[in-house]
Amino acid sequence: MADVTHALGVRAKAGPRGARPKPLFSRRNIMVYGTLGLVSLYYLLPLWVMVVTSLKGMPEIRLGNVFAPPVEITFQPWVKAWAEACTGLNCDGLSRGFFNSVRILIPSVICSIAVASVSGYALSMWKFRGSEVFFTILMIGAFVPYQIMIYPIVILLRELGLYGGLWGLVLVHTVFGLPILTLLFRNYFATVPEELFKAARVDGAGFWAIFFKIMMPMSLPIFVVALILQVTGIWNDFLFGVIYTKPDLYPMTVQLNNIVNSVQGVKEYNVNMAATLLTGLVPLTIYFISGKLFVRGIAAGAVKG
Amino acid sequence: MTQRPTRLFRNASSKLALVPMITITLVVFVGCTLWTVLYSFTKSKSLPRLDFNGLDNYARLWKTSRWLVSIENIAIYGVLSMVLSLTLGFLLAALLDQKIRFEDTFRTILLYPFALSFIVTGLVWQWILNPDFGVQHVVRGLGFTSFEFDPLYNPEIVIYGILIAGLWQGTGLIMCIMLAGLRGIDEDIWKAARVDGIPMWKTYLYVVIPMMRPVFITAIVLIAAGIVKVYDLVVAQTSGGPGIASEVPAKYVYDYMFRGQNLGQGFAASTMMMLCVVIVLIPWAYLEFGGKKRG
Repeated sequence: MADVTHALGVRAKAGPRGARPKPLFSRRNIMVYGTLGLVSLYYLLPLWVMVVTSLKGMPEIRLGNVFAPPVEITFQPWVKAWAEACTGLNCDGLSRGFFNSVRILIPSVICSIAVASVSGYALSMWKFRGSEVFFTILMIGAFVPYQIMIYPIVILLRELGLYGGLWGLVLVHTVFGLPILTLLFRNYFATVPEELFKAARVDGAGFWAIFFKIMMPMSLPIFVVALILQVTGIWNDFLFGVIYTKPDLYPMTVQLNNIVNSVQGVKEYNVNMAATLLTGLVPLTIYFISGKLFVRGIAAGAVKG
Repeated sequence: MTQRPTRLFRNASSKLALVPMITITLVVFVGCTLWTVLYSFTKSKSLPRLDFNGLDNYARLWKTSRWLVSIENIAIYGVLSMVLSLTLGFLLAALLDQKIRFEDTFRTILLYPFALSFIVTGLVWQWILNPDFGVQHVVRGLGFTSFEFDPLYNPEIVIYGILIAGLWQGTGLIMCIMLAGLRGIDEDIWKAARVDGIPMWKTYLYVVIPMMRPVFITAIVLIAAGIVKVYDLVVAQTSGGPGIASEVPAKYVYDYMFRGQNLGQGFAASTMMMLCVVIVLIPWAYLEFGGKKRG
């Protein structure tokens, strides 16, 4: 009993977990919250500007202030951005880019995760002579600038008959997603207790049986992390989209850039901002829904185990 | 006992499963890189051909003003974004680590730009920095009629306009990594410092930061890898303009390969880019993997 009270006493001094009545306006608090508040405002500003600009009419934009909320809310820019904005000869808006991006996204995500998860599994549990060498090269490949590989890949894809098409781009996304995802899966599978693996081997399970029946079901979180990583990464890609696809298959980012930065016509800033916001909406939604998993994804990718 | 499988077929499923990864590693990451390096020594113009001309492409590259501008830009962008990302990232992480309320909210706000693409980032900042409607216009409207802030239209400072957008997008990531690092610091160290009466900033500077060395190295590598790849941001924000004032190497490569019909230049430029990365990467790899052999 004495121990408990003693411990409590110490904890009270060191800073208890519960709500301790702190002075609300201590100098430290004002500093910390003030700074964070200001920084947060700065970070939120572009989002705010995007939203308010996209809801204003052009006359109001010309007269007013980019930071001011709209006097008269209109959804016309959104409609126009989605369905009518022109790139070159096509005037069906960003919707085309959106559906292209979806068509690119789904197979790319599935392929890259499938290849990377199997590779990570093999590299962590079924090592053989030389497997680490390939892994090291792959990791180096993650840091080499893409620019040095893009042209030969064009030739390879042309030889395979995939250049300019959907599957060519899917292949490219699979290739360039491989280093980071393999690392992710390899590090995750390496934390699975070896006894589990050995027990399964004793019971006669082979390579694929262990993967599908044991590893996959118990590593659902890491699959979700990989999914978040890939969906945002592929959605936000611009370079590969512009190089490896033709204009009618341009992903949303490329089309967005073409709409906003096209030189012809009068600049409609409200439509531009609506289009920008529309393109950012998918990764933002994923970010706000996934919350901690997103953070974990980038941390897992960044801080290697 | 059944027949002993030969070495090659031992672990056959694993080898089979790794075929895609090994093929990609060898063909793309090794093969394509070597291909580009090889062809950077040729007279390739609109089509690649093996007609060697030694270091001519490199000589011409380093005489092209556009390339020199690109290098200067990426150097300015690189140094500033490295220093500022690390400093701001660390300071923000330290602030978030003060056992504050609403930590998750603040973190969510600071990290959300990282979810956005560089195209979106570039376009938003293009709009905010627009001198006729954006910050300059607003400040002038407040009465400061001679206020001037038009980074995207002024060749002298355009790269700083891009830096503003780049930092907005990327600092959140560094902050998150730093925060993870700070959380890994043993609470006892803070207690010991407090008992000894060491001021907080000193504890950070002399105890915590040295302990976070691996975290800093990771952050530095990530920022460096990002700097070399800067492309979309410039395309969206300025398209390299005004004139060639905001060109960057990655854009030089793309334009010469796919627009300028001058493959030799594109290959040489991309080889230079890789060389820069290798120069950064080797000391890091040495530090990371050199001394100790990992089991």
